[in-house]
Amino acid sequence: MGEKISFVLNGANVSLETEPMRRLLDVLREDFGLTGSKEGCGEGECGACAVLVDGRLINSCLMPVLAVQGKRVVTIEGFRETARFHALSGSFDRAGAVQCGFCTPGMLLAAEALLTDNPDPTEEDIRGALSGNLCRCTGYTAIVEAIRNAAREGEGLWP
Amino acid sequence: MKPITEAANRLDFEDKITGAARYCADIRMEGMLFAKTLRATVARAWIRAIHIPPLPSGMAVIDWRDIPGKNAVPIVTDDQPFLAENCVNYVGEPILLAVGPDRAETASFIRQIVVEYEERKPILTLEEAMGRDGDFISGNQPWFASYGYDKGDLEGAMRRAARCVADTFTTGYQEQAYLEPQGMVASFEDGVITVRGSMQCPYYIVDALKNALGWETDRIRVIQLPTGGGFGGKEEYPSIPAVHAALAAIKTGKPVQLVFDRKEDILCTTKRHPSQITIKSYLDAEGNILARDIDVAADGGAYAGLSSVVLQRMIYSIGGVYRVENLRIHGRVYATNKAVSGAFRGFGGPQAFFAMETHMEHIARQTGMDSVQLRQRHFLRQEDSTSTGGHLRSPVPLHEMTDLALRLSDYYRKREQPNTDSGKLRGIGCSVFFHGCGFTGSGEQDLIRPRVRLRKDVDGIVHVLASSAEIGQGAMTTLSKIVARTLSIPLSQVRYEYPDTKVCPDSGPTVASRSVLVVGKLLLQAGLEMKKRWSEKAFETEARFTYPKGFSWDKENHQGDAYLEYSWGANVVEVELDPVTCDYKIKGVWAVYDAGTPIDKKIVAGQVEGGMAQGLGYGGMENLEYADGKPVQVSFTDYILPTSLDLPPVTFRLVDNESVLGPYGARGLGELTLVGAAPALAAAIENATGRPVNRLPLTPEYLLEVMNGG
Ligand code: FES
Ligand code: FES
Repeated sequence: MGEKISFVLNGANVSLETEPMRRLLDVLREDFGLTGSKEGCGEGECGACAVLVDGRLINSCLMPVLAVQGKRVVTIEGFRETARFHALSGSFDRAGAVQCGFCTPGMLLAAEALLTDNPDPTEEDIRGALSGNLCRCTGYTAIVEAIRNAAREGEGLWP
Repeated sequence: MKPITEAANRLDFEDKITGAARYCADIRMEGMLFAKTLRATVARAWIRAIHIPPLPSGMAVIDWRDIPGKNAVPIVTDDQPFLAENCVNYVGEPILLAVGPDRAETASFIRQIVVEYEERKPILTLEEAMGRDGDFISGNQPWFASYGYDKGDLEGAMRRAARCVADTFTTGYQEQAYLEPQGMVASFEDGVITVRGSMQCPYYIVDALKNALGWETDRIRVIQLPTGGGFGGKEEYPSIPAVHAALAAIKTGKPVQLVFDRKEDILCTTKRHPSQITIKSYLDAEGNILARDIDVAADGGAYAGLSSVVLQRMIYSIGGVYRVENLRIHGRVYATNKAVSGAFRGFGGPQAFFAMETHMEHIARQTGMDSVQLRQRHFLRQEDSTSTGGHLRSPVPLHEMTDLALRLSDYYRKREQPNTDSGKLRGIGCSVFFHGCGFTGSGEQDLIRPRVRLRKDVDGIVHVLASSAEIGQGAMTTLSKIVARTLSIPLSQVRYEYPDTKVCPDSGPTVASRSVLVVGKLLLQAGLEMKKRWSEKAFETEARFTYPKGFSWDKENHQGDAYLEYSWGANVVEVELDPVTCDYKIKGVWAVYDAGTPIDKKIVAGQVEGGMAQGLGYGGMENLEYADGKPVQVSFTDYILPTSLDLPPVTFRLVDNESVLGPYGARGLGELTLVGAAPALAAAIENATGRPVNRLPLTPEYLLEVMNGG
């Protein structure tokens, strides 16, 4: 039943023998110990499990690991090593955009996906980009503000 | 020194922003087993037989016979079993657990178990419960609690009244929807059971373990893990999965992890009580409210849980922010065969204030008065007595707060010209409300007697030892700031770990907007003591709660100071509504609060914005219904939560009104921010449509009924 799946995980080549229909989320959390991606719903509705696959934001609870064959996967554990993360982290702190923290890794990756596409987003753009990521604690305002500030201050980071 | 209110860096920030924080589901231990719960699929039945397939090796089954102590969740009464014995009372009630090394296999084993039920006639709605005359769920009446109290002379006032305005309101469930589902990890070593997990109240879990195991506290240890939201949903409920995981760990001798999936969480955990509230107000010819006769009914679900306490808050809040001298207030919370209703941010307040504030709008409408002026005319003032005859010792800045909210929102201009050219209807509405902080009455003294400790190490680091849980609300940072300020040391010299009952005394549960007011005050006292002895190298100080002088509470008769402190609020909401579909958008939200001096303005802003979002969700879009004893909406696909597109930013102000009791002038805020949202939304929709509403949530479907005269 096992199949060999190879992909680039947080910049490193990895491969594993596994059942190809396993959820990417489980492979990341269990096989690689990357527990920064969270399971909030398991149904593609909350974005807590969001990761970047070839730069696109996807919900890893819906994606079979087979689908990342040969692709680049970035989780919070990889993203936190980047300058862009540090810009976002600083602005999330200043805006008070983290409460319980369960949505936070997914929110950061949603922000990264947005800013890569659109380095100068309007408030509406930001709200649109976050609409697949639920947060039960903050009411979103602080998160939107944090992303707007990161875009403004992070000059040259998202060209 | 900077004012304490200046924003500090959150102590839990780094851990959370980097994804390093390990929540319950992230824990892995050597030899750990995964647990899965078998749950009732019928609302009410006798269990006749359970057919369990042969156990694969490495797996175990845990049922009620594995409970060495008492099979009863210790809350207010002990009617709720940890695991069903011979009957079930709601869909989702836990019957047994299976544990095994593979999560998927354990889940599939559970699916192979067959339970034979003999079904009984369930009680599925509040109406059914009220009309029931036998075959009750618990005891020999259809309710868990029934309370009433009076003030003044209702009958006399009724005789003097020129008219009566009456309303009946109903409110639905609200699902907690904390983003992290419930979870626990238990391990059993050297005769000691250690349970770690997602929780608000470590000592509730200690009590639950003592009850279930029949063990003394020295063999029980509870440690909070980073917790992905609580809102009350992780107040009393986690005692159940905690005991389940512990029983499995003791039976197998291996660490056991029990984490719910979302469907399971929605199916079986506690929700906000549905309610039905009738208010009759008696007015004189000038429109002064002489008296009110109020009846509250709440749906408590299958077991008593905290329902009696929620009902108390409902009946102590239902008088609203108004001085009405003649009152009769009665309330009952009924038993139904559904998931247990429980603690949820606001704790009975949201239902009560929706009813009272919407009723005030209806009085104004029927008497041709301006609804704000009607409110203002009856506002409570300092030195007034509350509905329970309590004494309002501090300034009550309702006039100032309401004026400010109206000014910020340009209320009167918008109120008078609600319609826009686009064919959409615009409307604006307000609400004025309070939240009583801390346990009801003398509960802090009678039920918990909280205490805290501070420990100074040789290196000068000060450790906060308290059982207040960081659940996202900022307790760690806020409480540490109080300690740092008291000792005049930098925040970086203070340590606040997730509470561990082995080292932290019981400072009470993380509930009831009490953490700053009560626990913060104790930390300040322990800090003052430490400051006096600061030159000593390593030592501890302790502080214990004492009931403040001059307060009194008569629990039997519901008389006296129902709360230690009151926080106040005024909200305005503006909507734009499509008259054809009744879809609406929230265009603006303004809020003014009096929660005393904020300990941290950034954390306070987070509570305001988050509480408002939950309150608007409760009022508008969050719809959870039951059909045939089962929740209809069991996922985030069906149970719709507010997203970033649904909510505009909140414009808010805090008024300066220092608390006398609280530390550095602060009082409770966490729940206050939720309670006023739904009634302001309702008032805005009434203003837009010109039609009265009397039900939550205000879904477009319901508003279509209203528009069509239904
Ligand atoms: S866990 Fe994947 S979207 Fe919710
Ligand atoms: S911070 Fe708790 S869900 Fe977003």
